[in-house]
Amino acid sequence: MASYQNIFTQIQLRGAPEMGPALGPYDFPRIGKPGFSYWMGKIGNAQIGPIYLGGLGILSLMFGFLAFEVVGLNMWASVGWDPVQFARQLPWLALEPPGPEYGFQLFVPLAKGGWWQIAGFSMSASVLLWWLRTFRRAKALGLGTHVSWAFASAIWLMLVLGFIRPMLMGSWAEAVPFGIFPHLDWTAAFSIRYGNLFYNPFHCLSIVFLYGSTLLFAMHGATILAVGRYGGERELEHITDRGTAAERAALFWRWTMGFNATYESIHRWAWWFAVLTTLVGGIGILLTGTVVDNWYLWAIQHGYAPDYPGTGVIDPATLPGASQ
Amino acid sequence: MTRAAQILGAAGMAGTVLLGGCEIGPKATQQTGYRGTGMDQIVNVRSAVKAAAIPAPPYALPDDSGPRAKETYQNVKVLGDVSTERFNHLMAAISQWVAPPEQGCNYCHNPNNMASDEKYTKIVARRMLQMTRQINGKWSSHVKTTGVTCYTCHRGNAVPAYKWAIAEGVADPDSIVRNKHGQNSPNVAVGYASLPYDPFQTYLNGKAQIRVASSSQYPSPNHVVSIKDAEKSYGLMMHMSTALGVNCTYCHNTQSFRSWSLSRPQRATAYYGIRMVRDINGEYIDSLTGVFPAYRKGPHGDPYKANCQTCHQGQSKPLGGISMLAANPTLKAPPMPTAAPEGGAAGAAVPAVLANPQAMTQRQ
Repeated sequence: MASYQNIFTQIQLRGAPEMGPALGPYDFPRIGKPGFSYWMGKIGNAQIGPIYLGGLGILSLMFGFLAFEVVGLNMWASVGWDPVQFARQLPWLALEPPGPEYGFQLFVPLAKGGWWQIAGFSMSASVLLWWLRTFRRAKALGLGTHVSWAFASAIWLMLVLGFIRPMLMGSWAEAVPFGIFPHLDWTAAFSIRYGNLFYNPFHCLSIVFLYGSTLLFAMHGATILAVGRYGGERELEHITDRGTAAERAALFWRWTMGFNATYESIHRWAWWFAVLTTLVGGIGILLTGTVVDNWYLWAIQHGYAPDYPGTGVIDPATLPGASQ
Repeated sequence: MTRAAQILGAAGMAGTVLLGGCEIGPKATQQTGYRGTGMDQIVNVRSAVKAAAIPAPPYALPDDSGPRAKETYQNVKVLGDVSTERFNHLMAAISQWVAPPEQGCNYCHNPNNMASDEKYTKIVARRMLQMTRQINGKWSSHVKTTGVTCYTCHRGNAVPAYKWAIAEGVADPDSIVRNKHGQNSPNVAVGYASLPYDPFQTYLNGKAQIRVASSSQYPSPNHVVSIKDAEKSYGLMMHMSTALGVNCTYCHNTQSFRSWSLSRPQRATAYYGIRMVRDINGEYIDSLTGVFPAYRKGPHGDPYKANCQTCHQGQSKPLGGISMLAANPTLKAPPMPTAAPEGGAAGAAVPAVLANPQAMTQRQ
């Protein structure tokens, strides 16, 4: 079997652990004595640690832990602190947002959704602090901040679902519950309430970019693995100094589909597809209920939904003498 | 074993595990709507509810001639104008359909004084006879000419197998302990979804609005419906789906759950069914609250009530659509006029788009 046709990483480097550059006078120390793991080396770098947590990382983990505990303990309380029922019913359990009677009130009684507000705030704080951390670490290493902005796109969708849209609608009840099945049932109910989310064009775009992302990832990963035998994994060098690996990869796609990305542009394709998935998704959610109340009707009005032959069924509520 | 064989083996194992989520056995599929809309019914032939055997009549149906029941017996309030022979025939049938066999007539009657109303079961039975005739008459919009008899729900049980009462509340609604806010439990009533599991009090005893999708494309202060209302309405739909052994597309086109002109006629039948159940619970069962003993009531002291499952019991047509009315004409009532479309046009309450989406598209 050819040496490159493997499903796991073949090469592991061993030596003195890489400790990273010296830290500034106000930085927290890096944590953990580095070691090597053969099995982690099969899927990534064999060196584990050290990790730089820093002030932002510590704060983020604290808020994240708080959100996790508030959600988990609320779920456990809902089954009367029974550990067996907690495990059995876990997929069904939830921490629900406040009911519509509370509107967008800042402080809701804890048992009526106040815990949801605390969990939501903590989760948002945790994620935003982690975002700042990715930004600061990128700067500290002299990198571009591409990862941070991609992460920000995902945070945008999360905040639209849990905070911005409920604020515009004036009701916390519009927000998503914490819970495995409950958030899925919420998603289905959301689509039914707003007349079928599949007719929301931003939802359509989001799906295109989501599926497109997986397609691009598969194409790119496969291409680089396929030209690995010619040194094709040295992608950045190939951007400016094309070797036979880049030429062969380009020819493969050009001959297959008439067009090929380049070693540079493929990464922009992938970044934009990933970022646009949640960016346009968030726009679609934001418009739902605030600007459009029934996406099916909107799509019909704009000649966007396909028309099927009617069945001739008439709403009984509109018939004379109908019982309501 | 070579590496390729190992990989193939692992993939095979993973595939087998994934297939565990599938339902094994032959399926019967039927297209029920326009092609490409996903309008179909897929039934697992083995697990589908089989049509129950209809019990044979106690004896041949006698003529409706001879003296009337009210002339023969005392205290006959509902069936007085029926012939005594037919009255007796129905009584024999009811004891077969409803009464425990060891008690027979005595389940409702005092054998020493058949006219006495001393047993609560007799008062209930009288009200239920009125209800049955109301269903077969006024609610022919739902039960059509098939109609119902006592057996449709009771199936040989003194109390129908499928019933509901207001769900047990939480000890302290201001605490999070043992408080699921009426949802997020694996409950058969809503098909084991995490949806609110007591949609019955709201929609089948109360008259809460089930329609959650807007009839206008843009938001309006006239249509403020929370997603939580949508979840509750969705819970009722899951109950209907379970009770009838069908999926959403038995009635709806998922392109627009709201649009009537894309729906199947079954949806209108269900619309009348919901109103019928409200009538059953509100006018007939609730009126017996003071009659039922405590052990025939739910945790909140309300009598056990009907929902779709009470009659349907997993079949889209109860008892497989077999009518027992011909053998029991006493339970019939003259059909009352039901709402019929006038001129075939929908009323003004329906937005033009929902009534006729094709016209809107063609206008573009």
